[in-house]
Amino acid sequence: MTHSTVNKRPEKISDNLSELFQYLKFLLLGIFFGFTLTKAEVISWFRIQEMFRFESFHMYGVIGSAAVVGMIALFLIRRFSLRSVDGEKIVLRPKKFHTGTIIGGTIFGLGWALTGACPGPLFALVGNGFGIMLVPLVSAIIGTWVYGYLRESLPH
Amino acid sequence: MRTLLYEPWPWYIAGPLIGLMIPLLLLLANKQFGVSSSLRHVCAACAPMKIPFFQYNWQSERWNLIFVVGILLGGMLASFFMPLTEAVPITEETTAQLKTLGIEEFSGLMPTNLFSWNNLFTAQGFVLMVVGGFLVGFGARYAGGCTSGHAIMGLSNLQWPSLVAVIGFFIGGLTATYFILPWLF
Repeated sequence: MTHSTVNKRPEKISDNLSELFQYLKFLLLGIFFGFTLTKAEVISWFRIQEMFRFESFHMYGVIGSAAVVGMIALFLIRRFSLRSVDGEKIVLRPKKFHTGTIIGGTIFGLGWALTGACPGPLFALVGNGFGIMLVPLVSAIIGTWVYGYLRESLPH
Repeated sequence: MRTLLYEPWPWYIAGPLIGLMIPLLLLLANKQFGVSSSLRHVCAACAPMKIPFFQYNWQSERWNLIFVVGILLGGMLASFFMPLTEAVPITEETTAQLKTLGIEEFSGLMPTNLFSWNNLFTAQGFVLMVVGGFLVGFGARYAGGCTSGHAIMGLSNLQWPSLVAVIGFFIGGLTATYFILPWLF
């Protein structure tokens, strides 16, 4: 056994460990998000119906205040040129506009009102024990695939 | 504290907490908040089938898949430790209007008679779950994002295409609410 192989093994393990911690970070953030979605009851089909009937402020309050907090955070990140914990420069990708922004948005809205859930809530609802919500979730994956398949022939 | 954890959270608690996802993801990992991309990564991982849209290194986007597993676990934890004890407090107007559509079940997060395995094989259940889900996935990718990516991340980054997308979300949502749902019931 040469020295290099002896040295390699512990390095590999620590690499795997740090990778594991990277993933743990996203798992914890996801748990935090899914927990909050559930506690705010924004994953409720009833809440979505109420929102599209403009009869309650709840959903608008949640989405609106989330966006305002995000705005303030992004302002501070830019103002102080904050970096990520890994020292990376934070660069935000701009959202591109194309015909699909409005057509796709409208299609998404139709589905949102019917299923009463957008992608985040679909995962949270499955976690809440609504196994039936795997059906719209799998269907959403198929919808994504069909978009990819048809992409070249759709107006953008 | 205990009651706050057990009671449903008002918008002014939940909204800012959700908004914090944006700086947390950026500062802890330099990632942009969004959920629907995960659906694309699942396609790229499971059935790329030489479609250019799914030919990319999805492994480098694995974080997004772990994030949505977390969302699922978060829902599980909330329902396990603090189960809902009362109906979702929607307004009386909405309740009355949903009753005129024939919805009688208001006790949990979802009308379980509509979203059930039995109802899946009726035209109504098929449209609500299969067609609805399909439109969510297709539309989100076509629009370049869903509620989290456009309505929260995009709007907070002052992206006007996101505002257009959100207007689209409402055109579709209102159409479904006022024209498709009454026809379905």
